[in-house]
Order: sequence, then C-alpha cells, then structure tokens
Amino acid sequence: MAHETRALRATGAVERRQIASNLSRYVFLGATLLGVSVLAFLAYQTISTGASTLSLDFLTSYPSRFADKAGVRPAILGSLWILFVTIAASIPVAVGTAIWIEEFAPKNRLLTIVKINLANLAGVPSIIYGILGLTIFVRFYGMDRSLLAGGLTLALMIIPMTVIAAQEAIRQVPPSLRDGALALGATRWQAVRYNVLPNAVPGIMTGLILSVSRAAGETAALIMIGGFTFLRFDPGPPPFWPPSSFLDSFRDAFTVLPIAIYGFTIDSRLEFQANAAAAIIVLMIGVLTLNLIAAIIRERFRRG
Amino acid sequence: MARIMTPMESDILHEALRKRVFGRPGEMVIMAVLVLCATVSLVTTVLIVGVLIRESLTFFEEVSLRDFFLDTKWQPLFQPVSFGIWELVAGTLNVTLWALVLAVPVGLAVAIYLSEYAHTNTRRVLKPILEALAGVPTVVYAYFALTFVTQDVLRPLLGNQQVPIFNAFSASLMLAVMILPTIASISEDAMASVPRDLREAAYALGATKLEVAVRVVFPAALSGIIAAILLAIARVVGETMIVAVAAGSTPNLTLNPLAPIQTMTGFMLQVGLGDTERGSVDYEALFAVGMMLFVITLLFNIGAYFFVRRYREEYE
Repeated sequence: MAHETRALRATGAVERRQIASNLSRYVFLGATLLGVSVLAFLAYQTISTGASTLSLDFLTSYPSRFADKAGVRPAILGSLWILFVTIAASIPVAVGTAIWIEEFAPKNRLLTIVKINLANLAGVPSIIYGILGLTIFVRFYGMDRSLLAGGLTLALMIIPMTVIAAQEAIRQVPPSLRDGALALGATRWQAVRYNVLPNAVPGIMTGLILSVSRAAGETAALIMIGGFTFLRFDPGPPPFWPPSSFLDSFRDAFTVLPIAIYGFTIDSRLEFQANAAAAIIVLMIGVLTLNLIAAIIRERFRRG
Repeated sequence: MARIMTPMESDILHEALRKRVFGRPGEMVIMAVLVLCATVSLVTTVLIVGVLIRESLTFFEEVSLRDFFLDTKWQPLFQPVSFGIWELVAGTLNVTLWALVLAVPVGLAVAIYLSEYAHTNTRRVLKPILEALAGVPTVVYAYFALTFVTQDVLRPLLGNQQVPIFNAFSASLMLAVMILPTIASISEDAMASVPRDLREAAYALGATKLEVAVRVVFPAALSGIIAAILLAIARVVGETMIVAVAAGSTPNLTLNPLAPIQTMTGFMLQVGLGDTERGSVDYEALFAVGMMLFVITLLFNIGAYFFVRRYREEYE
C-alpha cells in the first residue's frame, strides 16, 4: 500500500519535472530573443530618428550652431586620418611581437611575463590610454592635440588585442609547413617569412580589422587628448598633397566621428538628437563594414 | 621500411630544427627588431604605471592619503575643496551593481540556451548577432541611455519628479546591454567545453534537460562563468562614455539607481573636457583617480585570467 502511493507520487513528480523542463526551453529562448531584439530595436530607433537628417550636406558640412546646417565633414576626415596613423603604427609592432612570441621566444619566465602583460593591457580601460597619450605624446613629446598624438594613442590601445589575434593566426598554421622548410635547409627566419606568415595573413588581417573597428568607435581616450573641438577646416593632408606638407599635416588639431556623436548627444537643444542619430548611422555603417570584411576573410580562408 | 616517428621523436626533431642558429647575418637584425617590437608592450605597461604613480605622488603631496580615503565628499572644483574618493567609487559601484543585476541572469540564460537547447544552425546564426552587440561603440549606447532610456521610457513611466535627467539607472541599463555578449559568449564557451559524458550520465540517471543544464552543466562550467562575470565587471568599471553622458556629474554616496551620480571614469572625462591647468590639484586628481581605476580593473582582470586558466585545465 505505502509502496504504491509512493510510486504514484513519484510519477506526479516526474511529470512536473518534465513540464518544468519543457517550459524552460521557452524561458531561455525568450532571454536570447530579448538580446537579439534589443539590437534590432536600437537599429530601428536610430534609423527612424536620423535617416531624415542624413544627406550629402550632412556629410560635407562643417559644425554649426544650427542643427539643420551642422555636419560631420571634419569628424569623418579626422577619423580616417587617425585610423591611418593607428594602422601604420600598430601593424609592424603587433605582427612583430606575435612572430617573436610564437616563433623565436625562448620558453622561459620572460615569455610568460610578456604574455600575461599583454592579457592585462588588453583589459586596461581606454580612458587610461587617454591619460597616457596626454602625458607622453601630447605633453612630453610636444605633439600637442594632434592627429599624430591621437593615432599613436589608439595604436597603443589596440596593439595588445591585435597581438593576441595574430598569435592565434600563427598558431593555426600547420607545423609541417615550417618543419618542411627547415628540413630543406631554410633558416628559421626564411621558414617564417616564406611559409608561416603567408598562411597566417588572413587570420592576422581579421584580428587587425576587428581591432581597428574598436579604434574607430573609441571616444573617451581621444577626448582626453583634446579631440573635443569644433573644427572649421579639414584636418590632415589636403587632397593632392605636396609631399613636403604630408607629415606636417598630421600635427593638425582633430576631432573624430564618435566625438561628434558625443557633442550632438550632450547638446541641450533637442533638435541636435537627430544629428546624433545620423552621425551614429554613418559610424555604424563604417564599423559594420569593417566587421563584415573581417567575417568574409575569415570564411574564405577557413581551412583553405 | 619507412617507419613513422613516435610523437616524442618528432618533438625532438622539431626542437632541433627550431633551435638551429640564424644562417645569414642580416637575420640577427630582424631578430633584434622583433625583440624590440615585443618590448613595446612591456614599455607601455611601465609607462602607464610610471605616469600614474608619478603624478599621483604630486597629488598626494597636497592631499593626504588620509583625506583621500577617509573624507566622504568629492568636491575638487569649488571651495571648500575636498577629495574623498568614496563618492566616486560609490558611483562606479552603483552602476556596476545594477548593470550586473540586469545582465547576469539574461546573459546566463542566453548561454544556457545556446549551449544546451539551440540547434547547431540556430547557434551559428544567433551567436554572431549577439557578438555584434559587443562591437557597437559605447558612445552609441551613451546616446541611447540619455535620449531613449531616460527621455522616452523612464520619465514617461515614473514621472519627471522621480527621474532626474541624469540618473544611474539609464546608464546601468545600457551598460547591461554592453556586457551581455561578454557574459553570454564566454559562459557559452565554458558550457560547451563541459564533456558530453557528464550530460549522458545525468540523462542515464533520469534527469530532465533542465536538470542537466542547471545542475550538471552549470556547476561544471562555473569557473568559466565566474571569469565571464569578472571580465564584464572590469569592462563596466572602465567604461566612460555611457556613464559620463547619462549618469550625470554629481558625486553621490548612494546605490539608489534613480539618483544622479558620478563615477571614477566620469570625473576623469570631466577633467579631460575642461582646460584644467597642468599642475593644479584637480589636474593631478585625474591621475590619483586613474590609479584607483587601474588597480580595480587590474584586480578583476587578473581574477578572470585565473578562472579562465582553471576551466581550461579542467576540460580542454
């Protein structure tokens, strides 16, 4: 008797457990859809607020006191030239570091320190890189609040994550390629240069592009080194630049697209919110294009 | 005839080949350049720590450590000046707390769904979309926090009296959106690397899917999940734009989500925006607060590093 009731109760419990389990699927699915729909909703909000402001005039006009005349021309040029400096400065250093770590470094305590250091640098808040750039580049090296100082600051910021991605890419190259070259009498550098690196390039590019898209959206570090200004001129080299003035023009003051968004957002006049949304559309098109290119490279060269 | 090498022999050969010295003199130059590249990251760390310490020392010549840690008011810009760091720390704690309350349950639910319930193809579509959230520049979230969350949702819902235009909650909500992919993605990795045997064993004992997910996989992946949360905390603590735009610039010793506050990063950006004179106390305060921020984020990052290593050792 007692035995029977216990069995019945157990059946009821099993049923409850099954129902709970079946329901749980929808709870977890719901949470996931919430995350995805936030993205969709934010995109919709931005486009519906900013699309009417976005025009060729908006892209080619200078800042203004009037919302309907204010544009982002200097900000777009500033962003492009800063990223130019950032890429030029960070590629050699990041790739060189990754090659050294993966191919040449003796496996000792120094290597461990270098690796842990990179992991920690990748987690340092961007505003700290901002005050580093302010102290070292802007003040100590006297670069002032220039494109050059901004680009170098962002380069320091993205080097750690670019190195980590490049290391991963180099590690993915089958060791047989390197060993084959070595067996045929190549030196270590020749093996790396002609067999390892060409095969790691897609992975390195993917990592670099993702880092650059991070730099493209960086705001706080560049505000720290003086990027929050209203420019009435085009920063950086003019079109058809004469070679003599090319380097000089990187001493120009600058502003960038994310800072323009910041400026429009904190403006107390509400009509500037549409400008902020329009500038966000421009920035997001840039960032998403970079991410898309990275994804395409990654897919195309997967186990090629 | 041709004998296949044992793994050990192949290792020995591999090492012997790798250790061969450089053949050509020019290659020593290349080697030197590579080492130079690798030192850049070490120099960066030394410079960060050096700059923070040097300028903080100047600050602490004028403001005693005692005042910094025992005063309760942060009022650097007008008289009577007072530099009690806790109001800024409380601001950071406020937004971090509420962002975690919002993001951790959802993030873990997403991770469980993607790892335990979703079809492989569904996961392949959903995970990149979620990770796209991580690529959105934070100034974009800042715009949403101020315009959308505060003006379109919180104020109409709770009334303008209740909700100041700058409030901690709007920032927390967008910080939660910002860290959701971090939590979901790293936790999902940890759950996916829990061995199948554990799940099969639990099913064999009659466990339901929910029980396997929550009582077997979740505990087994715990160190990875903790790492994800620690990384998320480090990102929230270091995030500047969202809190500077939406949470205000009023240092405030409170955990009330609807109060205007100022975080450590918020103060730093405020100094960066103004043309503060070099050598003035509030300019030096930038570095003292920066030091505090650096130490706090470093602790969380090291904690995350430790936990990630632990789960890698367990299952990979």
